[in-house]
Amino acid sequence: MNLSMRWLKEFVNVDVNPHDYSEALTMSGSKVEGYSVEAEEITGVKVGRVLSIEKHPDADKLVVCQLDMGNEQIQIVTGASNLTVGDLVPVATDGACLPNDVKIKKGKLRGVVSQGMMCSIAELGVTLGDFPYAIEDGIFVLQEDCKPGDDVKEAIGLNDTVVEFEITSNRPDCLSVIGLARETAVTLDKPFNEHTPVVTEGDGNINDLLDVKIETPLCKRYMARVVKNIKVEPSPRWLRERLRASGVRPISNIVDITNYVMLEYGQPMHAFDHRFVDGGKIVVRQANNGEKITTLDGAERELNENMMIIADSKKPIAVAGVMGGEFSGIMEDTDTIVFESACFDGASVRTTAKALGMRTDASSRYEKGLPAELCEAALDRACELITMLGAGEVVGGYIDCGDYDKEPKTVKFEPEWTNKFLGTNIEKSEMISILERLGFTVDGDIITVPYYRIDIEHKADIAEEIARIYGYNNIEDTGIRGCANGKVTESQKFERNINNSMLSLGYSQINTYSYISPKEYDMINMPNDEQMRKSVKIMNPLGEDTSLMRNTTLPSIMRILSLNYKNRNADARLYEIATEYIPLGENELPIERKVLTVGAYGKLDFYDIKGVVEETLRKMNIKEWDIIATDKEYAFHPGRTALLTIDGKKLGVIGQIHPSVCANYDIDDEVYVAMIDFNTMYENQNDERTYHSLPRFPSVTRDLAILCDIDLPVLSLKKAIISGAGPLLEKVELFDIFTGEQIEKGKKSVAYSLTLRSDSGTLNEKQSDKVITKIIAEVEKLGATLRS
Amino acid sequence: MKEQIKQIRQVAEEAIAAAQSEQEIEALRIRFLGKKGELTAILKQMGGVSPEERPIIGQLANEVRSYIEEQISTISASLKAQSAAKKLESEKIDVTIPGRATTLGQKHPLNIVLDEIKEIFLGMGFDVAEGPEVELDYYNFEALNIPKDHPARDTQDTFYITENILLRTQTSPVQVRVMEKQKPPIRVISPGRVYRSDAVDATHSPVFHQIEGLVVDKGITMGDLKGTLEDFAKRLYGDDSVFRFRPHHFPFTEPSAEMDTMCFNCQGKGCRLCKGEGWIEILGCGMVHPKVLANCGIDPEEYSGFAFGLGLERIVMRRFGIDDMRLLFENDIRFLNQF
Repeated sequence: MNLSMRWLKEFVNVDVNPHDYSEALTMSGSKVEGYSVEAEEITGVKVGRVLSIEKHPDADKLVVCQLDMGNEQIQIVTGASNLTVGDLVPVATDGACLPNDVKIKKGKLRGVVSQGMMCSIAELGVTLGDFPYAIEDGIFVLQEDCKPGDDVKEAIGLNDTVVEFEITSNRPDCLSVIGLARETAVTLDKPFNEHTPVVTEGDGNINDLLDVKIETPLCKRYMARVVKNIKVEPSPRWLRERLRASGVRPISNIVDITNYVMLEYGQPMHAFDHRFVDGGKIVVRQANNGEKITTLDGAERELNENMMIIADSKKPIAVAGVMGGEFSGIMEDTDTIVFESACFDGASVRTTAKALGMRTDASSRYEKGLPAELCEAALDRACELITMLGAGEVVGGYIDCGDYDKEPKTVKFEPEWTNKFLGTNIEKSEMISILERLGFTVDGDIITVPYYRIDIEHKADIAEEIARIYGYNNIEDTGIRGCANGKVTESQKFERNINNSMLSLGYSQINTYSYISPKEYDMINMPNDEQMRKSVKIMNPLGEDTSLMRNTTLPSIMRILSLNYKNRNADARLYEIATEYIPLGENELPIERKVLTVGAYGKLDFYDIKGVVEETLRKMNIKEWDIIATDKEYAFHPGRTALLTIDGKKLGVIGQIHPSVCANYDIDDEVYVAMIDFNTMYENQNDERTYHSLPRFPSVTRDLAILCDIDLPVLSLKKAIISGAGPLLEKVELFDIFTGEQIEKGKKSVAYSLTLRSDSGTLNEKQSDKVITKIIAEVEKLGATLRS
Repeated sequence: MKEQIKQIRQVAEEAIAAAQSEQEIEALRIRFLGKKGELTAILKQMGGVSPEERPIIGQLANEVRSYIEEQISTISASLKAQSAAKKLESEKIDVTIPGRATTLGQKHPLNIVLDEIKEIFLGMGFDVAEGPEVELDYYNFEALNIPKDHPARDTQDTFYITENILLRTQTSPVQVRVMEKQKPPIRVISPGRVYRSDAVDATHSPVFHQIEGLVVDKGITMGDLKGTLEDFAKRLYGDDSVFRFRPHHFPFTEPSAEMDTMCFNCQGKGCRLCKGEGWIEILGCGMVHPKVLANCGIDPEEYSGFAFGLGLERIVMRRFGIDDMRLLFENDIRFLNQF
């Protein structure tokens, strides 16, 4: 909302500068976004009188003018042809500045000295709407009350200060000059000069010309007046100035009046040409499905039964609260008009405007909810302006129909509760004074809410009114009484520890978008299986690329790895505890499941990322888990991928990404990814951690080289060693796998280092040999032999 | 014999003084003092000495032995020190060669600041609560005093999954869920992802993070709200920061406010960073609307509370001077490594 300070001063005597004004209003609840002075960039432009016009000696199309500038006489060369001697014109003198950084300097045109420039309206940054008597192509010949030497901005009234407010949705009353004036008066503690419009009625009776009928409950009130003998002409300067400062283009008196009243009162108005109100009958009703209207912007719109319209006896003439119809608008030959001032249901206007894709000044006011009481003052004001401008003759009587709750709202006045709630000691009398200045009336313990404050319903609302005028920053800061201990849940601690582990292992944390494009399921080779691709789908996404909530985190990490690869980062090691969204039934919330997602490329291989996962699982004290090779993971390399399980339940997957998937993400390198389910980890942690006494006796180390089938997973060998060794085995470590010349084809040599130890004494050779013998027996069951 | 012993002493003295290494010293020790050494050899001839002279010779021999031992130990200590010094000298390295690389992972800047904020609130007695991102309309809107036709729904630009399921536009639904489950006193913050249909640009993202907080108890006042949040903000922004509370509107709080910090760039004079206002908005807050309390089964006549919410991305961007929000979600490691 742009507020003209000149307009505001009609209601409140503001005597502070714009900066302090903005600050004060911001702190009382009407946030000021900024302020500006009109034509601030224009300097050095003065009024001059044309004393003489002579032909340029060396140029046919130029003339040389002498100008009286009040205290001096100057000479200007111009190509303009609309000047006559005696004209008052805006003159940009030597050193003057104009909009768009134009600087004026004296100089010579075809050898003749020119000491400045006479300006057109465009050069001053104004339009024909602002100055209807001017011409577009030529010098702006002033028809204002001014004299040579006057500053032109003052002469033409281009010097208003405009304050830009950001009005919150609960205060539609402040989307008006009067609403803001009321706030200004309370904030600055100045009187508010209320104006009650007076209508001068002429001959005739409205009922002979117009009949209004409301056929929908969504119209709470419809008021109308008729004005005849309309003279469509430009509005007077003061009115045009105020519209311009408010950001509305002046058009002609009738349209300008409807805009003026909307800005002043916050009540949208509409004017119909009475000629085109068929049958002199206005019906407010829901549209019929398929009914059509061409709106003022020239577009044909198809309506439906959810849309409220204004119709005459035959057809729609306006979309209620949104926009009028093209043919029933004001034209140059309009003679009689109908002023509409109505109260339409906000939600209905909002959905209609949205469905038609046309949010207008009117609809944006209606949708916030306007009080029915406002219709009357606005309608009267419009008619008052008609008379004031001599734009027509108001026909006797008015139409007022509809049904709305006329009982004013009341709220109980509870000063003690208010102080307790705010933590203040505000005197009751001060509270009353604040409320009364805001337009409330306080009678005993009953507060009556003024009709324009549709936002006030509860004593908490009253507390806010008192607090904001008293000043939020005057409320003393206090601490919450009583003490409390902040708690972190076990699962939050678990997550924190995983983060710590990953960071210490050299993996950097990332944050990825939770949604993906449906195409990404193709990119990760996901089979085109409806069940598998079932995702939480956004009904109104920004685009298809962001339309699915991911049901796997793989595309997200691939995107980030791809970006890093594209940006020529040689090595990337990244992780995220990211969420997957797994849809359930139609009206059920999906499962949101956290997955530790690790991804890397560069100087590493499968065993690096496996090591990171192993170390994290060890650190997190996860119960015994199992690992087997898998070729069933569609996104992964069939020979380099492992499935992790706990008690037969999937824990996660580690592997190299399938080269075709890498290609889809434009990565020409081996990419390794691990995805470990957070909850499975969390539920399978061994939370018992107990101390085992440190060993008292020395250990014995034995190395074993075992010859086995090349395809035998070494994990089976390890399991056999453990089961054969029994309790004396402390540690078994793989230190070499060897194939080659000395090894039989189809076999490999696997070397383990075993640490044996007993709690009850130093192991002797014999005891150790016995363990090894048992191990060999167990290993041989796998078809392996001790390599001699 | 006396002469012989004196002779040994002199020879030994000269030889020891001339020794250059520990090995030489050891050879001298054996030559003079060893079981087959010169001195021992002399003493073996004691049999031929008269009984009167024996004690004198014996004493002399012992004196000479002690003397030689002393000489040997002195010189060998000095030789040891010399060789240790030489070793150290030979082990000299260039300490300006860079250390061997070991890389820690980098915490994401969003998480750096989020962890800091969580820690502040934990210290102030707040629990941390989480809730679903795909949420029921009821929890995101209706329970928060934003019915179906409320204009605030327009400005929130919500992503819908079905008529009644949406991507939460704020983390406040978590607060409603907490209030439904837990009796006051309540002190909780709920950090998490939220979604609004803003196109991606330098200052907007359809996914971003919020941290909301809620306090409900008997006798909670707006003064408590101000005191608590100012306390928090001082810990986050520094003790010398200046704050103000400005009236605002949220459907779920009444009175509502926005909290500003005086622009640290221009100290309130107005500059480009604060768009000339001199102040920068840091969070929204207010006293929990009585209707919201009632919706969650808490009697607003008995209890009151306050709530607040702040956007993580903006704080992170200001903290680190990041000028484009997209960088936070691109995760380029050259970016991540800067924090």
